[in-house]
Amino acid sequence: MADIKSIYAGIPHIDEISQHGVFEGSKGKRMGTFAERSASQNKIVDSLEEAVRRTGLKDGMTVSFHHHFRNGDNVVNLVVGKLAEMGFRNLTLAASSLTSVHAPLIEHVKNGVITHIETSGLRGELAEQISRGLMDFPVVFRSHGGRGAAIESGDLHIDVAFLGAPSCDPYGNANGYSREEDQSISCGSLGYARPDAKYADKVVVLTNNLVKFPNSPYAIPSSNVDYVVITDNIGDPKGIMSGATRFTTNPKELLIAKTAADVIRASGYLYDGFSMQMGSGGASLATARYIRQMMIEERLQCRFALGGITGQIVSMHEEGLIDRILDVQSFDLDAAESLKKNRFHQQIDACYYASYLHESAVNQLDFVVLSALEIDTAFNINVLTGSDGVIRGAIGGHPDTADGASLSVVVAPLTRGRIPSIVQTVNTIVTPGSTVDVVVTDQGVAVHPDRPDVEVKLRDAGIPLCAIQELKERAEAIVGKPDPIRYKEKIVGVVLYRNNTVIDVVRQIEEDQ
Amino acid sequence: MKLMKTGTAGTMESNDIMVTLEPKETGGVQIALSSSVMQQFGRQIEAVIRQTLTELGIAHASVDAVDKGALDCTVRARVRTAAYRAADQQNYDWGAM
Repeated sequence: MADIKSIYAGIPHIDEISQHGVFEGSKGKRMGTFAERSASQNKIVDSLEEAVRRTGLKDGMTVSFHHHFRNGDNVVNLVVGKLAEMGFRNLTLAASSLTSVHAPLIEHVKNGVITHIETSGLRGELAEQISRGLMDFPVVFRSHGGRGAAIESGDLHIDVAFLGAPSCDPYGNANGYSREEDQSISCGSLGYARPDAKYADKVVVLTNNLVKFPNSPYAIPSSNVDYVVITDNIGDPKGIMSGATRFTTNPKELLIAKTAADVIRASGYLYDGFSMQMGSGGASLATARYIRQMMIEERLQCRFALGGITGQIVSMHEEGLIDRILDVQSFDLDAAESLKKNRFHQQIDACYYASYLHESAVNQLDFVVLSALEIDTAFNINVLTGSDGVIRGAIGGHPDTADGASLSVVVAPLTRGRIPSIVQTVNTIVTPGSTVDVVVTDQGVAVHPDRPDVEVKLRDAGIPLCAIQELKERAEAIVGKPDPIRYKEKIVGVVLYRNNTVIDVVRQIEEDQ
Repeated sequence: MKLMKTGTAGTMESNDIMVTLEPKETGGVQIALSSSVMQQFGRQIEAVIRQTLTELGIAHASVDAVDKGALDCTVRARVRTAAYRAADQQNYDWGAM
């Protein structure tokens, strides 16, 4: 055989075929056993500090986190605390969402460690302070699909992702649960962490549960992971997950749920082979119970249920009513347990779920049932700011699913205490009215004027309808006309629609001294 | 109606208001209100308290009100009851309510 070096230059079109020159011998064979390699040649780093150093993180960069540990999360506080201690400044914190456990971030904002925040939502003391003008740079609020799209497109470039995982092997194959026989904590799906793992420049997995290679199945493949840090405390299992999400016994919510189910059936979107997503609010969850009854009575099958998955959806899957589950976020232990054991319960990532950049799962929805804090007479929805103007919620997948589903049903009580849910103008537009089809309250149902097809069907089915304006007036007759919230000029938050265009802003609230 | 002593009505439950009235000789009606819906309804709750006291012929009183989102009808009922208790009266004028 001729020496390849001598004929290399003569190969036709060689510049287009290879850019790596001539083979110059393989690197040395590994002689140790797999077990020895797993123990010594792996991605495990001794400390979080060392991992941070190796990522090359610099001032002004973007770090990201997921929120699958919800109120039990310790990763954000642990990592940002370490970054502060190491002297980093001017960082962008891009979390898939933040909750009330993240109040320690207030100090890091005040000290200039964190100067920019991106999230789906904010709650608790951090939300209060941001609404009172804590930050100079407005918080950027994106939907789950919008965040996925921003990461895919590069709008949101992540320098280093710090991802907590309830199971991980020495090479970084990570998941939100483990099929090993152990009692490790579990968060179910890691759907919102997967775009970060895929697109971030550097990825650090933090785990309290190192399992043998290969951690199968994995949500995050080792090819996406640079370093693995073992730490006792990634989160508090009690805050991460509670048992089955419980059914409401509130008669008002049950009435709303029953009506919503009647609306869905009458609209024609409940047929054999339909698809659905149910929100996790009391009334939307209860709607699943009535849908289930209808499915049994009429012998209907659901092709797939999407979204944040609850034990409710799981039990319908296990009794054979739902063929497939697509799970971007597991809301309770039953859902996490099902993901672990049911082969047709599939974990999906945020982009697959709802990115507008390509066909995503929300586009295949027949109907979605969503909750709302406020609904206005143009059908716009607010799920982000409270009736006092303070941030106290999260966008989640609200605008993604409302837009994607053929029928979006928004459920809310007409009033909550003295606060009306149906108002003239919402405080903050999160989901535009043009994507909302039906509003169901305990005191009436209103159909968007752009959906005369649905209106006719509901009328034919004998469901009493009223104009959204009437619902607003009925609420006002009970609680009175609220004084408008007083805001200052300063913009503390920018709300992006699912295609990352600006749909609204949140301003600093004005308070009595 | 003449207030004789401190009178209280209501609870701290959601959608209720706890009203405490104290008699005063002068100075008009002084209201200390805290409310879970202060921004949107604080002004209206104060107006209802003031109006209810005026209807009862009470010109001077100190009012401590802790509101948890009560409707106007509830606010009126609690203020009236607190006033009757403070005045040591039980001859309610049901027809006027």
